[in-house]
Amino acid sequence: MRKVAWVAWIIYIFGILYFVLPLFGTFIFSLQKSRGVLSLSAYQSAFADPKFLETFLFSNVMAVCTIIVSLLLVVPTAYWVQLRVPSWRPAVEFVTLLPFVIPAIVLVFGLIKTFGRPVTIFGVPVFPALTTSALSTDFLLVMAYVVLSLPYMYRAVDNGLRAMDVRVLTEAAQSLGAGWGTILWRIIIPNLRSALLSGALLTFAIVVGELTIATFLARPAFGPYLALLGNHKAYEPAALTIISFALTWLAMGLIDLVTRGSKRGPLTGAH
Amino acid sequence: MATTISTAPRRHFSWVWLGLTPFFLFAILFILLPSTSLFIDSFRDGQGNFTLANITGLTQSPIPESYWLSIRISAVTAIFGGILGFLLAYSRASGNLPRWLYPVTLTFAAVASNFAGVTLAFAFVNTLGRTGFVTAVLKGLGLDIYGFGFNLYSFLGLSLTYMYFQFPLMLLIMVPAIEGLKKEWREAAENLGASTFQYWLRVGFPLLLPSILATMLLLFGNAFGAYATAFALTGGRLNLITIQIGAQMRGDVLHNVNLGYAMALGMVLIMAVSLVGYTYLQRISERWLR
Repeated sequence: MRKVAWVAWIIYIFGILYFVLPLFGTFIFSLQKSRGVLSLSAYQSAFADPKFLETFLFSNVMAVCTIIVSLLLVVPTAYWVQLRVPSWRPAVEFVTLLPFVIPAIVLVFGLIKTFGRPVTIFGVPVFPALTTSALSTDFLLVMAYVVLSLPYMYRAVDNGLRAMDVRVLTEAAQSLGAGWGTILWRIIIPNLRSALLSGALLTFAIVVGELTIATFLARPAFGPYLALLGNHKAYEPAALTIISFALTWLAMGLIDLVTRGSKRGPLTGAH
Repeated sequence: MATTISTAPRRHFSWVWLGLTPFFLFAILFILLPSTSLFIDSFRDGQGNFTLANITGLTQSPIPESYWLSIRISAVTAIFGGILGFLLAYSRASGNLPRWLYPVTLTFAAVASNFAGVTLAFAFVNTLGRTGFVTAVLKGLGLDIYGFGFNLYSFLGLSLTYMYFQFPLMLLIMVPAIEGLKKEWREAAENLGASTFQYWLRVGFPLLLPSILATMLLLFGNAFGAYATAFALTGGRLNLITIQIGAQMRGDVLHNVNLGYAMALGMVLIMAVSLVGYTYLQRISERWLR
């Protein structure tokens, strides 16, 4: 028994070191901008760059849009599958797994190819090229992020729905005269609160700092900004890395808090 | 009666599936259409004529080397990340650690498995880069890793970086799997005189094996599709297939965009094979672990 305990400890310490050392190294480095003393001047200088605020804000707006679209898409679908069309479950689940097969770089390649020119069906133009204006490219960016977050969002919502009796709740509401909108908004969603919040926070963690899609759609997002900053600065990127890490931790900590006690799905994002 | 009337109730054509229209419309527009258009144009030349030249073009250097490098790095990080993640989950289950560590481990793992991309690359530059923290500490101890030929911008360096999100993901998925092993099995084994080691060797581990392999395939795909971390770390110096496709999209090399589509198609096929394997193994493991 004692031998097992020792081995468990050694493995654990190795794991903890692997996790902590890069963060510790980055943190120490981020404090060394002023020669000879530890200071927060790298943080000050990073925040003082107007580009930082601009891109960080942009990415946050994109994250919020992604969360809204994703919820509007996933919640009614998962609800409907659970309640009325369970035979479609395999098809829907298959679609939600597709983003695992299509890496972000391939997805953005395909999106640019498809929407970089006017979309036509049998020669009839359906809608114009989406990559021509900033707004329509942002739309495309949000759609791509919805695709990336789809597996996690769907799983979170589906787990939440399975944890309650959707049919009984729906029938009870209907017998009291509620319409579909009322049922979703006042019955289902309040019961899904923790599932929705964890799906949303996970999406947030995926989107803010995302590089691949934002780079190739040439949008001023935080990920590309940070990558560029890394090319010509040393201490500021370290400071922003620590900030991003703290935000990721905050998001995961909140998920932990809201889903405590319930069964958890894998909490992870795409790379 | 001259005519027979079907007694089976007539099936009403049901419209309830229409509720799924927005979802499938989205999937068609933003998943299916982009990927199939890459598919189709992999078999076309610049003028839109059918050709297999792009597919055969995949065999010309440096494309096979890129696939191979991506496959190797994904396999290595999936195997070692898988082993480390499993050992951690196993240590956690052994119950020899302080109580507060249990929930903290899972949150740590969730954070680390999401901590990828540009920030992760920076963190490793500050750790194992030429002037990194660990490099400096090791040097102080008389171990000059760069003197021994270590380089962060290499196969080994990128693997170590990928491991940072690989092993926590394994840990995260293995913890519920290990907790899914029924207590009765362990008791049954102990009643028959099995030691802890024998129980794990003959009962626990074989039951978990499909799940372990399935998750390793997931890790494989996780690394195989990664672009941001590799790009931010090596700036395209390491010739991964994702980096190649990125260069192709920028128009940096080859100047044949259809060849780029074929490269993307090849990636999707490899990802699809690993996901099919994952689903198959997952189904086997679900027979036991519920």
